[in-house]
Amino acid sequence: MKARSELAITVIGHDRPGIVADVSEALARLGANLTDSTMTRLRGHFTWTLVCGGPSAAEVEAALGPLAADGRLLATVREVGPEVEAAVAGEPYLMSVHGADRLGIVAAVTRVLAEAGGNITDLTTRLTGPLYVLVAEVDLPPGTAEAVGKRLAEVAGGLEVEVTLRPTETDVL
Amino acid sequence: MSDPFAGWTPEALGDPGEVLPVVTAPHGVLSQPGPEVDPSDPKVARLAADLLATMRVSPGCVGLAAPQVGVSAQVFVVDVSGHPKAATVHGAFALCNAKVVEASRWRPGREGCMSVPDLTGDVKRAARVVVEAALPGTGAPVRLTTDAFEARALQHEIDHCAGLLFLDRVAGAHAIHQRKVYL
Repeated sequence: MKARSELAITVIGHDRPGIVADVSEALARLGANLTDSTMTRLRGHFTWTLVCGGPSAAEVEAALGPLAADGRLLATVREVGPEVEAAVAGEPYLMSVHGADRLGIVAAVTRVLAEAGGNITDLTTRLTGPLYVLVAEVDLPPGTAEAVGKRLAEVAGGLEVEVTLRPTETDVL
Repeated sequence: MSDPFAGWTPEALGDPGEVLPVVTAPHGVLSQPGPEVDPSDPKVARLAADLLATMRVSPGCVGLAAPQVGVSAQVFVVDVSGHPKAATVHGAFALCNAKVVEASRWRPGREGCMSVPDLTGDVKRAARVVVEAALPGTGAPVRLTTDAFEARALQHEIDHCAGLLFLDRVAGAHAIHQRKVYL
């Protein structure tokens, strides 16, 4: 049996009260089942990334059309194949990086993780004034954390930023 | 409760202190581990007085460490008096070469920092700590047991002295936040 595909939706643009209500109402009217999503504001821009199941991409695009009509919101809809939630393959770590903003910080430090086979599962970056901050949760292949930490320290030294790599707290209540 | 400061008050520094400018990240001094100091050095007492004076004029400030005024050294001040999240309160005090020797009851909480003015972060800290340190001026040893907000403030300041910011300790990728309220 062919697994049912899902829709990947992004809504980005000028923030105002009611965007989430408007978008989710349009989806509900179509019978689209909103599953996982994450919304935040990035430098004041409203940003929402959603995965939902149900109708076709064309139907959702048509339903979101009026919301984007004034050009202040951008909505995209794509059909994506179903994904199976990957089992945790490594050891969860948290990487913090902060320092003076410059080009290429994220590229350099995340390349170190990638070269070790580390998989980033959550990430936030913020620029406030001259300060650049990156916090990433990464699953590292077992036994690699020490070497990754050393390599990160070298790369961070070259960029003149601070980096810490710590095991993520996994204890739950 | 017994007074771990044995009657010491900031007046013992004999100096009203001077308000110093506070440095902000990404200033290098904030990421440099501070050396231990000689607590009986008059310069250290003067630094403690300056930190107290600077903390007092800074709205909402409950602690300030030497690196935050550009001095790499293990000296800081704390005063959580009147804070709604405080339980045990020792008033305004200054410590040198402080070390956490016991820590328990880890709790998450949101922290801000004068040196990271636009962000806050969720950080897990011990809600009960025992700290050993020396008093600036006399150099007398202190063993301080505290809890709740005062314990958090102490750990935040001791981190500053070790060249660490709350950004190095946030609990997850989504645990840093744009500051919404400025005091």
